[in-house]
Amino acid sequence: MLSFLNYFVSGLSLGSIYAIIALGYTMVYGIAKMLNFAHGDFIMIGCYMIFTIVSTMGLPPVAGIIVAVIVCTILGVTTEKVAYKPLRGASSPLAVLITAIGVSYLLENAALLIFGADTKSFTSVISWSGITLAGGQLKIQGVTIVTIAVSLLILVFLQLFVHKTREGQAMLAVSQDRGAATLMGINVNKTISITFAIGSALAAIAGALLCSAYPSLTPYTGAMPGIKAFVAAVLGGIGSIPGAMIGGLVLGIIEILSRTYISSQLSDAIVFSILIIVLLVKPTGILGKNIQEKV
Amino acid sequence: MALLEVTNLSITFGGLRAVDNFNLTMEKGELYGLIGPNGAGKTTVFNLLTGVYKADEGLIKLDGLDITGHRTAEIDRDGIARTFQNIRLFKDLPVIDNVKVGLHNQFNYSTAESMLHCGRYHKVEKEMDEEAMKLLGVFDLDKERDYLSANLPYGKQRKLEIARAMATKPKLLLLDEPAAGMNPNETAELMETIQLIRDKFDMTILLIEHDMKLVSGICEKLTVLNFGRILAHGDTKDVLANPEVIKAYIGE
Amino acid sequence: MRKTQKKTLITYAIVIIAYIILEIFMKAGMMSSHLKGLLVPMVYYAIAAVALNLCVGILGELSLGHAGFMCVGAFSSAIVSQLLSGAIPDALRFILALIIGVVISALFGMLIGIPVLRLNGDYLAIVTLAFGEIIKNILNSIYLGVDSAGVHLSLKSQMALGLADDGKVLINGAMGITGTPQDSNFTIAIVVLLISLFIVQNMIDSRDGRAIMSIRDNRIASESVGINITKYKMTGFVVSAAIAGAAGVLFSHNIATMQATSQYFGYNVSIMILVYVVLGGIGNIRGSVIAACILYLLPELLRGLNKYRMLIYSIVLIVMMIINWSPALRDKRDKLRKKLMKGAGHGAA
Repeated sequence: MLSFLNYFVSGLSLGSIYAIIALGYTMVYGIAKMLNFAHGDFIMIGCYMIFTIVSTMGLPPVAGIIVAVIVCTILGVTTEKVAYKPLRGASSPLAVLITAIGVSYLLENAALLIFGADTKSFTSVISWSGITLAGGQLKIQGVTIVTIAVSLLILVFLQLFVHKTREGQAMLAVSQDRGAATLMGINVNKTISITFAIGSALAAIAGALLCSAYPSLTPYTGAMPGIKAFVAAVLGGIGSIPGAMIGGLVLGIIEILSRTYISSQLSDAIVFSILIIVLLVKPTGILGKNIQEKV
Repeated sequence: MALLEVTNLSITFGGLRAVDNFNLTMEKGELYGLIGPNGAGKTTVFNLLTGVYKADEGLIKLDGLDITGHRTAEIDRDGIARTFQNIRLFKDLPVIDNVKVGLHNQFNYSTAESMLHCGRYHKVEKEMDEEAMKLLGVFDLDKERDYLSANLPYGKQRKLEIARAMATKPKLLLLDEPAAGMNPNETAELMETIQLIRDKFDMTILLIEHDMKLVSGICEKLTVLNFGRILAHGDTKDVLANPEVIKAYIGE
Repeated sequence: MRKTQKKTLITYAIVIIAYIILEIFMKAGMMSSHLKGLLVPMVYYAIAAVALNLCVGILGELSLGHAGFMCVGAFSSAIVSQLLSGAIPDALRFILALIIGVVISALFGMLIGIPVLRLNGDYLAIVTLAFGEIIKNILNSIYLGVDSAGVHLSLKSQMALGLADDGKVLINGAMGITGTPQDSNFTIAIVVLLISLFIVQNMIDSRDGRAIMSIRDNRIASESVGINITKYKMTGFVVSAAIAGAAGVLFSHNIATMQATSQYFGYNVSIMILVYVVLGGIGNIRGSVIAACILYLLPELLRGLNKYRMLIYSIVLIVMMIINWSPALRDKRDKLRKKLMKGAGHGAA
């Protein structure tokens, strides 16, 4: 039972990381209506920033995180302006998807050139060793607790931001009807930029937590978590902020539990099967809304 | 026996009774108009008749056959074809292929013959081409056979949509605002085309239209919808003279 | 001759001429062994691109799981070849492996199509991606062997198969399949490409193909003229999966040791093929073949630039997409073209 709890908690922790990435994914998807395949690679860039600042330059982790967030935010906004914005309104939605894939290749290969292909061993940004419960049998690591707490904080922050601020309301409007939002005087470009800024900053934070929990860093570190987080966003209902949170947690818990109790090699297959089953029952995800085409 | 018999058709969207107790009887060969103010539920009736929406209550009988609850594709095979208010052509296909998709269920060869161009392929394709060209000729579209349908002028797109619907050999043709967005000349031409279809193919037609000149010019009978309910029905002249109808259209 | 027929004949002609030229280069010894080794992969990726274009461009559904169908074709045909190796003539064995690989991929296409084709747009994309990963994941973790007692399957280890002395391990977990006969060569690959092109191009110009494209252009209108949406979506998807399977057969018979790794069959491979399809032109079958060949060879030929080649490739990809697809740039191009035409017209007068 206690070992189950242990695994459950680490599932919760991994799920929280997926959730943070998925939040960025789902916001970008909801507002820009595009699958940002490069989103996972922002995580990796964030990790390398922290690695450089903390491990190479010997500065404190906080400095690393701040630099990572700033770099990723700038990178996210710039990418949108340079690579995605020119393709807004293109005749095929595949155009911007392929461009995002190009950006993903670009970031990975740039990292490969700058930092090399070797695996970097990442020093955790959280030095707290954690707490021990049940007479030493249940040990919860500091990074686990911080991860879960941070993801909850981010969820609350995003919900408040979207529902209580002008910028957040503008996001909702743009996500529902870009044309109408423009007519209502909402600056769509600015809104999309803000969304990319938030999404990329979240990716940097997720990166710090991911590499603190799983401390090996390569140029491809972000790719699979990026895909899994997208799966989480779809699972929860894409475009929905609480949906991304739920999707991320469900995914993380299932992944860890199936890795432990079923098969470590099949855990990805199980995670992806869950997505398929959920979408078969509810084609728009757990919290997604159904939209019928008007005839 | 009536060609189309609709009894007590109703549907509710989120508490709103979009169509309430709709009844309609059409005899073979009739040209019938369905009119009413915007939002009265006319297109919803079409969507119910063609299975796009499932009715909460009611019965639809075509030529004696109960088609209530059939799916859209089945209903087309049962014998009801339609056009759309906002034109829905296969825009990346040539004009002739739009009609040939309409002919799909009248001609047959297997998927293997499709992939290998063997067996019946060449013979049937030739027959389909001939049949499609005949139809395009009726609608004066034969010169544009190889144009992409998206590149046709607006009036011709409407005509092509009707031609495609006719290609499915329907017993009943539903036209959803065929004259929408047309100038008076195009409308006049369209009226001729509709008359022509009726006479040449002995077609039964139900049409939704706002253009009163067209409605009074070609429809023999009318049903007026208002807020989802039937306000009046009967011969065109009588219905248009009905004070209730005038009130609904012009307001108090 | 009809326009469409002429177009398809030109495609065959391009493939055959390219084949003859490359063969001459090869026979004349003017081709490095490195480049020779690239020819078969180039062709099977071209076949995969044709398959994916049928799904994306003709059926209009974005699949990110076609590497999964390649994986199925590769593994099933490799197993057939291993079992029949030596028992029947090599040529016959390869044909049999090809047919079985294609058929099993088609079956997987059907199995996956049933749930997947109910979904729309990006949901379909992510679910096909999920299926591709599941296939790869499962094939990566199973152990399969045969002996005189029959077939043995395990998820644990090779030992757990408990094979008798005469037994043979077919799939060795993450180690994959070793020793598949190397039947693929450039000529065979080109023949398979031509057959794939024949089937796909014929299909586009047929009753089934029109039905499929009508669904792509307007599903509601397509239903309204009596097209059975489910049937024709499935037809397109299954044929597409089958052809991707054929690419997989060439793959497995061209590599000594094959594992179900991300490098060979991951979603990134599906994405790479999608890049070929989009750059070659969505719905343009000939374009897919040409784009696949050029884009596959490009990074390989840039090997001189070594470290920078993938970086350059990614930048070229982004820039090409923006130039080709940006609505603003398209407008400008159209205006420029009109101006030039006008200028030419004046010149002529």
